[in-house]
Amino acid sequence: MVSARTARWRVRLRHLSGTDVALWLIGALLLAMVLIGSYKSLQAGRYTTRQWLDFIIFGLAQGGVYALIALGYTMVYGVLQMINFAHGEVFMSGPFTAYFVARALDKAGYFDSYPILSLAIVFVVAMAVSTFVAVVLELVAYRPLRGAPRLVPLITAIGASFFLQYTFRGLYGSGVKAYPDIELLQGTWSLGPVVIQKTLVVVFIAAIVLLVGLYLFVQHTKIGKGIRAVAEDQQAAALMGVNVDRMVSMTFAVGGAGAGAAGVLYALIFKQVHFFMGFIPGIKAFTAAVLGGIGNIPGAMLGGLFLGVFESLGPSLFLEGLGVPAPYQLKDAIAFTMLVLVLIFRPTGILGERIAKRA
Amino acid sequence: MNLLEVRNLRVAYGAIEALKGISLEVREGEILTLIGGNGAGKTTTLRTISGLLKPVAGDILFQGDSLLKYRPHEIVQKGIIHVPEGRRVFARMTVQENLEMGAYVRSDKDGIAEDMEKVFTLFPRLKERRNQLAGTLSGGEQQMLAIGRALMSRPRVLLMDEPSMGLAPVLVEEIFDTIRELNQKQGLTILLVEQNAHMALQIAHRGYVIETGRIRLHGTAKELSTNPEVQKAYLGG
Ligand SMILES: Nc1ncnc2c1ncn2[C@@H]1O[C@H](COP(=O)(O)OP(=O)(O)OP(=O)(O)O)[C@@H](O)[C@H]1O
Ligand SMILES: [Mg+2]
Repeated sequence: MVSARTARWRVRLRHLSGTDVALWLIGALLLAMVLIGSYKSLQAGRYTTRQWLDFIIFGLAQGGVYALIALGYTMVYGVLQMINFAHGEVFMSGPFTAYFVARALDKAGYFDSYPILSLAIVFVVAMAVSTFVAVVLELVAYRPLRGAPRLVPLITAIGASFFLQYTFRGLYGSGVKAYPDIELLQGTWSLGPVVIQKTLVVVFIAAIVLLVGLYLFVQHTKIGKGIRAVAEDQQAAALMGVNVDRMVSMTFAVGGAGAGAAGVLYALIFKQVHFFMGFIPGIKAFTAAVLGGIGNIPGAMLGGLFLGVFESLGPSLFLEGLGVPAPYQLKDAIAFTMLVLVLIFRPTGILGERIAKRA
Repeated sequence: MNLLEVRNLRVAYGAIEALKGISLEVREGEILTLIGGNGAGKTTTLRTISGLLKPVAGDILFQGDSLLKYRPHEIVQKGIIHVPEGRRVFARMTVQENLEMGAYVRSDKDGIAEDMEKVFTLFPRLKERRNQLAGTLSGGEQQMLAIGRALMSRPRVLLMDEPSMGLAPVLVEEIFDTIRELNQKQGLTILLVEQNAHMALQIAHRGYVIETGRIRLHGTAKELSTNPEVQKAYLGG
């Protein structure tokens, strides 16, 4: 006689298709490659502890930026069940516009005399522009399509993405613009034996503060509760007197503000802006949102930080150990591989839907 | 006086006409019940009053003012609150947050806190679970929460869609006692949609019987419960 458990396994095995097996094999293979690569790299001891720490700190700063952008993807998905593929351009619009303000402030010497005030102005301008672009985008491109089949707004989003890219290219030119260096953020701090770049620390802390602030906004303010109610049940929210259209606008506004702030932080790390700058970070942040479970706000934040660190460590940790000739060229591939893997193996993401709605 | 009046309402889902011209009046201070079987058009009626559906023809008047020009949240602001079929509590919010959502149209903090205490007095079980996620409540508790949430807006008219659905008889009894109490003690006007005609006619003052999108009969609760047709079709007699 076979036990119930064995019987259950047999049933499962019989339902297993060839594709499932192949997918799991690919997954296992990739995991093995990561592990073997990491092991070899660590064995080779090519990097010092300090260098690893540098990778992690850079990853955290970059991850904070991803997390801030991811918030917009995940909130819009939560409310409208659509992926706003133009969110990368929302991210670009703010810092690209604020560049001109930053340059003017720099020329007037304000970054030297009032560095914090000047930075604050740049942030406010970038956040305001991104918020405005996000809200108008929803109003013009997505609202008229509400209730249309899901593919329709998706295609529109891709169109909107190109439209915004080329609009901003038309407005500000196609060249790469260098953000001014800010004296205050130059150089390093040393905490005992650890030496860290000021910019990265400031970016990371700013990102965390903004993430916490936006999270508290969504959790505790009246608008935040309205957004959550609409995300959960649009009609029930309307029956409570929530203006659904207004909450959808607010969702885009919050996501836009996060993206605009993220854009300035990004510009502080990489020191440059251009019309195409939203594309890669946009896809990365989308990956982060999927990783954390699309629609889940803390998930997007954690997903962003995780992706940032993973991607920063990846090339030297496992790609190099595997003997990949140009590991840093493959950095972007890490995120995209991860996106595909998550979509195949765990489409609900790491934090997935936790509570099933009871009837 | 008629607080709410539905006139010749016709509502269609695509080519299917769910309401084929119904009229009814809700008088101030009464419990009016709308009874009918599956697919008769009860939910459609309430959803159209709340502005979730737009009628093909007809009118809905609240104190003489047509509601058709308003959006759902504006209708809530007028004091017409709908407790939807299947309760539809916000599963990912706590009990307390759900109640706060009920008070969304209000901004008088003290009044809201006071009303929340009233809801807790009405349903002590909600108070014990105020920090629990609504999705983890039992069906009966969710119904209490749905009613409590609606009361938080200080409604003029309460539209209730099958509050007895899926509940054990004891709980149905309890919920109906509460509905009666709300009407008697607070003078709340209630439009109660039910398949459970027996229970509904016990607490209602008047009733309408709806069948495939048309009003078949109406009268006082007493008249309806002694009507042979009603007895045969809805009271199992
Ligand atoms: N979203 C919809 N799309 C198409 N037809 C619908 C829709 N909702 C309801 N209907 C149809 O409209 C008619 C009335 O439905 P309604 O939900 O109002 O009935 P009801 O009286 O509330 O029934 P129940 O007691 O089962 O809840 C039914 O024939 C139903 O099939
Ligand atoms: Mg119904």
